[in-house]
Amino acid sequence: MIEGAPRTLFQKIWDEHEVRAETAAAPAILYIDLHLVHEVTSPQAFSELRRRGIPVRRPDRTLATMDHSTPTTPRRGNGALPVTDVQGAAQLAQLEANCREFGVPLFALGDDRQGIVHVIGPEQGLTQPGMTIVCGDSHTSTHGAFGALAFGIGTSEVGHVLATQCLLQNRPKTMEIRLTGRLGAGVSAKDLILAVIARIGVGGGTGHVLEYTGEAIRALSMEQRMTVCNMSIEAGARAGLIAPDDTTFEYLADRPHAPGGDAWPAAVAAWRRLPTDEGAEYDRSVSIDADELRPMITYGTHPGMGIPIDAMVPDPAGVPDPSERAALEKSLRYMDLLPGRPLLGRPVDVVFIGSCTNSRITDLRAAAEVVRGSRVAPGVRMLVVPGSQQVKRQAEAEGLDRVFREAGAEWREAGCSMCIAMNGDQLEPGQYAVSTSNRNFEGRQGKGGRTFLASPLTAAATAIRGVITDPRTLAPAPVAAGGGR
Amino acid sequence: MEPIRTFSSRVVALPMENIDTDQIIPARYLKVTDKAGLGEALFADWRYDAAGRPRDEFALNQPAASGARILVGGHNFGCGSSREHAPWALLGYGFRAVVSTYFADIFANNALKNGLLPIVVEPAAHARLLALAAEAPDREVTVDLRAQTLTLPDGEAVDFPIDPFARECLLQGLDQLGFILAEEAAIERYEAEHPPRVRTVS
Ligand code: SF4
Repeated sequence: MIEGAPRTLFQKIWDEHEVRAETAAAPAILYIDLHLVHEVTSPQAFSELRRRGIPVRRPDRTLATMDHSTPTTPRRGNGALPVTDVQGAAQLAQLEANCREFGVPLFALGDDRQGIVHVIGPEQGLTQPGMTIVCGDSHTSTHGAFGALAFGIGTSEVGHVLATQCLLQNRPKTMEIRLTGRLGAGVSAKDLILAVIARIGVGGGTGHVLEYTGEAIRALSMEQRMTVCNMSIEAGARAGLIAPDDTTFEYLADRPHAPGGDAWPAAVAAWRRLPTDEGAEYDRSVSIDADELRPMITYGTHPGMGIPIDAMVPDPAGVPDPSERAALEKSLRYMDLLPGRPLLGRPVDVVFIGSCTNSRITDLRAAAEVVRGSRVAPGVRMLVVPGSQQVKRQAEAEGLDRVFREAGAEWREAGCSMCIAMNGDQLEPGQYAVSTSNRNFEGRQGKGGRTFLASPLTAAATAIRGVITDPRTLAPAPVAAGGGR
Repeated sequence: MEPIRTFSSRVVALPMENIDTDQIIPARYLKVTDKAGLGEALFADWRYDAAGRPRDEFALNQPAASGARILVGGHNFGCGSSREHAPWALLGYGFRAVVSTYFADIFANNALKNGLLPIVVEPAAHARLLALAAEAPDREVTVDLRAQTLTLPDGEAVDFPIDPFARECLLQGLDQLGFILAEEAAIERYEAEHPPRVRTVS
């Protein structure tokens, strides 16, 4: 690097974290500022450390939570959560034992800070601009909303970071995703990212770190930015980034782990130096006009199969590439959908509001505004699963739980729940769900279940009508796409 | 880890694009705390019917698949979650290499750490392998990691790229953690020069 040459946000973070630079023979050794851990992808890593007699190098830069296989059904009278699944319970117990043995702090069930790993990091102020953050979980890209380089790793790498606080990494390429214009009423961050993935494809970001830029991104709240960065992995990207600005600093101020006192202005000054320099180059660039975007929904079995909600299901006959055509045919077969037909008006069985994509307080507020005073349509099951205990508590303080309950929805404890269907919350074979989560893969929400991914507004509107509904058409006034911090 | 050099095997094909890790190993099998038994659950929802019986039409259930160590998948193989259970399941079943036109990043990383070779080939070679699996499923191809070649039954050798560091580790049976641990002094220096940004324990 030439001293003083313009750099992207990604390059600045990368350069700052190189313990050893990349060589022809070996990848770079990158220092990791924060390592988040959960029950599903960590047990074999802890076992490896135990086998080799290695301690966790920096428990003070490591934080564990329970989220994937935790029950979200209401607590028993004694406040305990009923873990009914033996294997799931054993995995949770294993995490507890590992954290105790290795001195790793843990937000266990019952802790009022427990929740989905990508919800609690930002909420506690642990996710900060300029950091490197990893977790054995692909949606670690969420934390990129703060201008942190955050990406998912496998269990072997979880072991590497536990043992050394470092990772071997080849430098990825960069791609700018520029969002010009402004999102219209009823069009949310979820619609924006589904449109991005539909445009560049599920493999379009492979080998790249995406940086989202442009006025439509600047106008988003932190929670909306997290929704966008969260799904970067669904385009195959290593990570997603958004440069920090006043919105970021305002969100972080006074969070439990944010720098306090004199450290705060110094931190903000450093963070202001992070955004991509004028003249810095990306390896690729894509531009999308936010003014043109409509609410999006997926029709197929990967997140790139998304269309505007009022569009027709695509026809394989119109796809020239044979293997793409075969993939589309297979998807439509699984989903039992006919090409050329609208999705609007299709009945659904389940509506799921939750997951690390859309389970934060503004998501719940947006959904609650839609259902307030209405009833969930007969025959539809609506689950609302807050992303963390903090979100749950906040929502209850605002009376959102009552809004959902009075509408006939289930109000749950915090966790991943039906996003991954590991805890008993799942679709039955053949059922259709509109879900605010991030993956519509075959069986993702339960074996044989069929998922339409959409925004909280679309999901809530669909719950009320019982059929796939464009939230912009639901009387009375279209609601704002979730503001606030 | 055992060093990897060359091996020969029949190939079995799943010519679908974007085979995600939820198909390779569905989430309900991730509740384990070790790696045992994952091979049984490989592609479970495609491989078994609702009663748990093997579906005859699925490629892995056909006689030619038995003992195959090379899987050919469509492009963007291994997209989706970061679960290392995916390569563990493929290895548990007996695969030693997966061939595709490209792989999802995290999957490829995870595979290399476990000695499962993610072999990237051009579309033309990919098409030939698919044809081979369909038309002559008993013929073998040979993978040579040192030479970075995949040799088809007619003797034609197809080159493949692979991360040089991972290749060296696999050829010598070295593990990557040892490499980072050996840099202890550099890590200490880095830590001394960079105060922690956050502390998770008070
Ligand atoms: S909510 Fe879903 S995508 Fe997010 S961490 Fe949990 S299982 Fe993964």
